[in-house]
Amino acid sequence: MAREMMYADAIAAAISEEMQLDPQVIFYGQNMGMTERDPMLKKFGKNRVRLAPISETAEIGIAIGAALTGLRPIVELWMSEFMLVAMDQVVNEAPRFRYMSGGQVKVPVVLKAGFGFAAGWAGQHSNCTYHMMMGIPGLRVVVPSTPADAKGLMTASIRDDNPVVYLHHYMLTLDKGEVPEGNYSIPLGVADIKRAGSDVTIVATAWMVKKSLTATERLAAEGISAEVVDPRTLAPLDVETILKSVRKTGRLVLVDQGTRHGSAAAIIAAEVVERGFESLKAPVRMVTALDTSVPYSEPMENYILPNEDKIVAAVKSVLTGQEVAA
Amino acid sequence: MAKKEEPTKDRLTWMYTQMVRIREFEESVKRTFIAHPGVIRGHAHLGDGAEASIVGALATRQENDLVMPSYRCHGYPIVLGTSTRSMMAEVFGRKDGLCKGFGGSMHLADPAHHFPGTSGIIGAGIAHATGAALTAQVKNTGQVVYCFFGDGSAKQGAFFESLNMAAVWKLPIVYVLENNQYQAYTHVSLEDANAIAGDPLSKKAEAFSIPGVTVDGTDVLQVSEVVGKAAERARAGQGPSLVESKFYRLSAHGNVITVPPLPTQFPEHEAVAVYGNKAEFEEGKAKDPVPKFRSHLIRNEVFAEADAERIEDAARAEIGDAVQFALASPLPLPEEAINYVYA
Repeated sequence: MAREMMYADAIAAAISEEMQLDPQVIFYGQNMGMTERDPMLKKFGKNRVRLAPISETAEIGIAIGAALTGLRPIVELWMSEFMLVAMDQVVNEAPRFRYMSGGQVKVPVVLKAGFGFAAGWAGQHSNCTYHMMMGIPGLRVVVPSTPADAKGLMTASIRDDNPVVYLHHYMLTLDKGEVPEGNYSIPLGVADIKRAGSDVTIVATAWMVKKSLTATERLAAEGISAEVVDPRTLAPLDVETILKSVRKTGRLVLVDQGTRHGSAAAIIAAEVVERGFESLKAPVRMVTALDTSVPYSEPMENYILPNEDKIVAAVKSVLTGQEVAA
Repeated sequence: MAKKEEPTKDRLTWMYTQMVRIREFEESVKRTFIAHPGVIRGHAHLGDGAEASIVGALATRQENDLVMPSYRCHGYPIVLGTSTRSMMAEVFGRKDGLCKGFGGSMHLADPAHHFPGTSGIIGAGIAHATGAALTAQVKNTGQVVYCFFGDGSAKQGAFFESLNMAAVWKLPIVYVLENNQYQAYTHVSLEDANAIAGDPLSKKAEAFSIPGVTVDGTDVLQVSEVVGKAAERARAGQGPSLVESKFYRLSAHGNVITVPPLPTQFPEHEAVAVYGNKAEFEEGKAKDPVPKFRSHLIRNEVFAEADAERIEDAARAEIGDAVQFALASPLPLPEEAINYVYA
């Protein structure tokens, strides 16, 4: 049994269910729980649902301290860039404590934020920051692409004993999809084949999964069978599933909304080239954002981001061995 | 709460004992740089001069209260009952260290003794301590968190953000601002707006509308009284307080930062080495809290000279044993380094 649910609602449902199941889970952030009418506040009370001031360093730092001492905080950070305000707490505090203590403590924190808001939010509110986090040992990085994944991965993130950066994509917020009934979790570190295919492997995350799936329809009409692999979590990264797909198809296109060197794609490409070079029939191709900040005006924004045309062109390029224009 | 009671002779003796144990530990760490060059790696920070402040504050805690200081963290777990053997072994990077050699001097952690861990980034730990107080409040455990940090930390965003949130949420925490006059190498008069204006640093509390008190951090009993009141207030659900405990750091910020294979050791205090102010350093040494409390106790016939000596001998024996234990403890196996990345 499944029901149709919006991506945003699926995330909220996971948080609500976990708070119901586990009294250690608390939830706070800016501009939430402001009035008695707030549904989460009504359900879980002021002790567990809190309004925080605009203080990312303290919000995240407090969550770390609370996690060290027995709670499982979820911090609503709204936009992934706001985490940058508190980069020390995210990359140099949360993931360090367990290690530095020789395994004596754990930091089960979920840092929840949206990213990639390609709707005219310009230079400082549209970015992809996951690549900065995915190489930090001790951190988990989650980037769901569907409502079902969003829910199951949020559940797993809350239950995980490590700090988790849970990044949901703003452009998927209102997307609807089938979500299994009841409480379930999706293990972190397990990629999902979003579409099976035989000619080329496309690895994409979050909004880029959706764009890649649209592109595969167009490719299918031309007789090209593309497989779409969604890692779903960037740390841990399920390299095995990606390699397995590449062994089958022999070709790899990576689609990433981040800039070329600020993408997960570059890291995945390196893993595949080192561990699966013998299966590659063509050079790996990365479809990423151009190396610019994100512009405000729509035509320019469209220009710098990956889109279906660019994905189709990249797939044809790796299939033909010739440069195909988007 | 019960009316304020004078500490018993046993309690006063306990306080002196803890102060002497801390001093002995710190001096042993310092001596290690000369006696066993290369055994201590990286950066170690000593709390000599802070003994009255640490012990005075911790003397007021109840059994389950948590303690979260900065990376200058040796003194507190000694008072909490952490094994000085495993502490020294950690400072020496050994397998039997408190954190199995993963943390070192800056990152002692002993949750079993109410010491969840410390951050080496100045000010960052203030937020973590505040989070521990959030746990106490959410779970209604009755615990108070004792958060310690230096005057340097009080210029960090984490300080201002955390104290604001603790005040908004009325968290059960006491912030002890250890004003030891120097952030690393810079004198407080060069970087603190309150200090420059001639105001106490406890004035920062006004920004959060919480109590702010300045206390002589070389007077263990005064610290105890002031921190005790702040802890009572926190436990009663009235929220955080800021206590500025003023004392003088007796050693340099940390050992000299050298590049291997050059040996490292403790340099002269910044007052002398950087500012050429020998008079200030001598004045600071004259206010050393350990002999000060010793004289006080002998004068007030809490114990006799011979009792003080017995306590000091015992501390020397304990820490001497800790050094021998640490030296004898094996180094961790290299491949142990891949453990504890994830829970």
